[in-house]
Amino acid sequence: MTVPSPAGTDESILVARAREGDTRAFGELVRRYEGKIFRLAQHITQNREDAEDVLQETFLKAYEHLDQFKGDSKFYTWIVRIAVNQALMKLRRRKTDKSVSLDETIDTGEDTITREIAAWDEDPEQRFSREELGEILDTAVDSLEPPYRSVFVLRDIEELSTEETAEALNLSVPAVKSRLLRARLQLREKLTRYFKRKGDDAFAYM
Amino acid sequence: MTPLLTCKDFLHELSDYLDENLDAELRAKLEKHITECPNCWVIADTTRKTIKIYKGMEAYSIPTDVESRLMKALERKMAAAHDKV
Repeated sequence: MTVPSPAGTDESILVARAREGDTRAFGELVRRYEGKIFRLAQHITQNREDAEDVLQETFLKAYEHLDQFKGDSKFYTWIVRIAVNQALMKLRRRKTDKSVSLDETIDTGEDTITREIAAWDEDPEQRFSREELGEILDTAVDSLEPPYRSVFVLRDIEELSTEETAEALNLSVPAVKSRLLRARLQLREKLTRYFKRKGDDAFAYM
Repeated sequence: MTPLLTCKDFLHELSDYLDENLDAELRAKLEKHITECPNCWVIADTTRKTIKIYKGMEAYSIPTDVESRLMKALERKMAAAHDKV
């Protein structure tokens, strides 16, 4: 008799099996999302050791509280919420200064961050190797202030909806939207340095 | 006559425009603005590309030592849960 492998099984079936105590099914859910959760944790905490703690705490908590997962959201959204809470707790514990507050008033000031206006090639990322590109993208995200960074990571990297992001970060929908805009504009500005069309910057350094 | 959109108004709506979350009327106004304003066109285009590049980023596979510690922690947890039953 062959036992069907959990890989490739539908997520809701895996969750149902895991809730019945099937540890292999839970293991498969972990393997599916560990990379994303680790990346998210690294972006928010900006510290490898904290990110590893967050990764472990997230899946341990998820396992422990699996009976509380109602299935009205995706399993992934549910664990992202756990991971975000764990990561923010780490961040607050590590730096108690006000710079990590997610509740501070933010000036959207869009016009102050559109100094660099240069067109990009169609697929400018192809100029770089995968490693170089990863480095450029990670460094740019990590240079954002925490309130913008968390919103950007959840919305545009982890691809949560505006509402899911608001819920995970305990923010209002308008707050998520204004921070996302600011984050996107700041990143656009930072990446322009690497991705602008060659020849368009003849006067940029004069 | 509807009032003309300023660059500031355009930037304010940029995220919803790129996420296709706007009603047809406002969308049409924004599209008219970018045909007439090269700076806003560049900002919209490069912001769209920024989002696309990040969305296409692969989640890195986690380091093997990190994964093996995670699996060990889970095994301990699962064994403890099993003992309780």
